[in-house]
Order: sequence, then structure tokens, then C-alpha cells
Amino acid sequence: MKVLLVIVGMALVTYIPRLLPALFLDRFQFPAWFRKWLQSIPYAALGALIFPGVLLVEKDQPLLGLAGGLMAFFLSLLNLHITLVMAGSISIVILLQYFFF
Amino acid sequence: MESKPSDLEIKSSSQLVQGIQAGLPIFLGYFPIAIAFGTLAVQAQLNWTEAVLMSLIVFAGASQFVGVSMFLAGAGVAQIIATTFFLNLRHLIMSLAVNDQMRHFSGGWKGFLSFFITDETFALLTLGGGDHRSERRTPTYMAGLMITAYLGWVTGTAVGGLGAGFIPADITTAMTVGLYGLFIGLLVPPARKSLNFAIIAVSSMILNWALGLFMDAGWAIVLATIFAAGLGIILIKEDV
Repeated sequence: MKVLLVIVGMALVTYIPRLLPALFLDRFQFPAWFRKWLQSIPYAALGALIFPGVLLVEKDQPLLGLAGGLMAFFLSLLNLHITLVMAGSISIVILLQYFFF
Repeated sequence: MESKPSDLEIKSSSQLVQGIQAGLPIFLGYFPIAIAFGTLAVQAQLNWTEAVLMSLIVFAGASQFVGVSMFLAGAGVAQIIATTFFLNLRHLIMSLAVNDQMRHFSGGWKGFLSFFITDETFALLTLGGGDHRSERRTPTYMAGLMITAYLGWVTGTAVGGLGAGFIPADITTAMTVGLYGLFIGLLVPPARKSLNFAIIAVSSMILNWALGLFMDAGWAIVLATIFAAGLGIILIKEDV
């Protein structure tokens, strides 16, 4: 019973923040500054999601996450498909784990 | 009578296929991590159906790991739910950006698609797709992308919960770095084209790191996103 309560409660508090913008966003005509803020959100959010989180993937081994992150950075400079960027960062981490950590 | 499908149908089925293709990297990234989640959930005395139910109706990786760990540690119901709420508040900000692209969708589509907003689907929907981004803003494309990601999470949980797949900790670590690779791979190309967006992203990293020194990581991400995106108000000159 406790488990079901936890699951349903978690589902509600997760869906509500996701849903709120769908309910009100198009009811207003937003000023230019707000539209600039909205347009900037993806860049700000991804910046915050990436750093310092990528260093904490393995708590005692920040270099492992750093290596994976740098690999992704260099591969994405080459304009490779996103799957290859992911594969590259996964591969370097597996190699480093195998040989060093 | 000719039984040619209408232009609209052709368009909408190819949009679905494109959406599914776009969502595949997330499917592959989620699947092994969901196996690890399913394994952990069963170790925390949830049964298989409960683990799968959680992935089906919550669909939020980080908070599911935290929720199950708290459950294992004997935390109370309210405590777990409150933690989940704060951990997922960032989705409110992300949903603003995603819903901004869904302005012309019906209310039903918006409510339905909003359920599937995660860090990864948000990242792909806002920054993925390169220069063809705006043509792809259709309900079918977005549904294809998001449901593909969702299926990776749910099926992975089912496999892990059954104990059918064991994912060593090293592999989970590597796959988690893979999801960071997704974020980086999506952020770098547009940030290279626009100095403003590069400045916003780097400022957000620094701000998030600084805020994280004296507050919870979940709050730091929310505040860093709000304030760093605020830089856009000053930096972006043209009307949008």
C-alpha cells in the first residue's frame, strides 16, 4: 500500500510541473523580453545539466566524466550525428575504466 | 476508385518515422539505465509490476532512483513525494520552452505530450534537428520522438525488474556519460553559431556550479537556468 501511494504521489508531482505551461502559455501574448528569455532556456538548461553533473557520474573519479564530456565536445565540433557523439563518449569511458580505473 | 493515401496521411506517417528515428538515441541511452533502475527497485523490495508502474506513470529517471533509494532507507511517503517534486521542478521551465513550440497544437496534444518532457526529450526537441527544426514541429513528430524515449525507459525497467538483464555498475556509469554526450552534442553546434547562446550556456554552467556549493543540486539547476536564460534578455538584440 505504501508503495502504491508513493508511486501515485510521485506521478502527480512529476506531471503537474510538466503540464502547467500547457494550460496557460497560449492564453497570453508575451512581451519581447519574455520571448527572449524563453528562447534562451534550452542553452541555459543544458549548460546547467552538463556542468558540474558530468564530473559526478562516478563520484570518486571526476576525470572519468571529464574525459567522456571532452570526447563528446570534440566529436560534436566535427558535426557528427548525435548517436556517434554519444557512442564516442561511452567508448572512451569504457576504455578508461578497463585500463586505468 | 484509387486508394491513394492523402498527402496529409503521407506527411503524417513520415513525420512519425522521423520522430521515432530522432528518439532512438534516447531509447538506447535510457534502456541500460532503466535496467539498472529495475534491478535497484526489486532490491528495494518493490515487486516487478510496481517497478514498471512507476516507470509508466512517473517517467523521470533521477527522481525514480532517488525515490526508490529513499524507500529502501525507510523514508516516509510525504518525504519521498516532496523530494520528487523539488527534483522535477526544472521540468516546469523546460515545459515552458517545449510548449512554446506547441502553441498551435490542440489542448489535448499539449496535455498529452507534456507528460513526456524529460531532460533528454526537452534537449532534442528544442536543440535537435539542426536547420530543419521548425518544419518538424508537428504533434506526430513529437509523439514519435517522445514515445520512443518512453518505451526505452519502460521496457528497460521491465527487463531489469525481471532480473533478466544485469548491467554492471561500470556500464551504467558509461551509459550515464553517454546521456551527457547527448546534451553536449546537442548544445555545441548551435552554440558555435551564436556567441550569445554560448555565453548563456557557459554562464549557466558556472552559476550552477557556484550555487551547488551551498544548495541542493536540484535547486541549483532551476535557479541557474532561470538566471542564465535571463542573460538572453540583454544579449539577444533582434525581436523574436
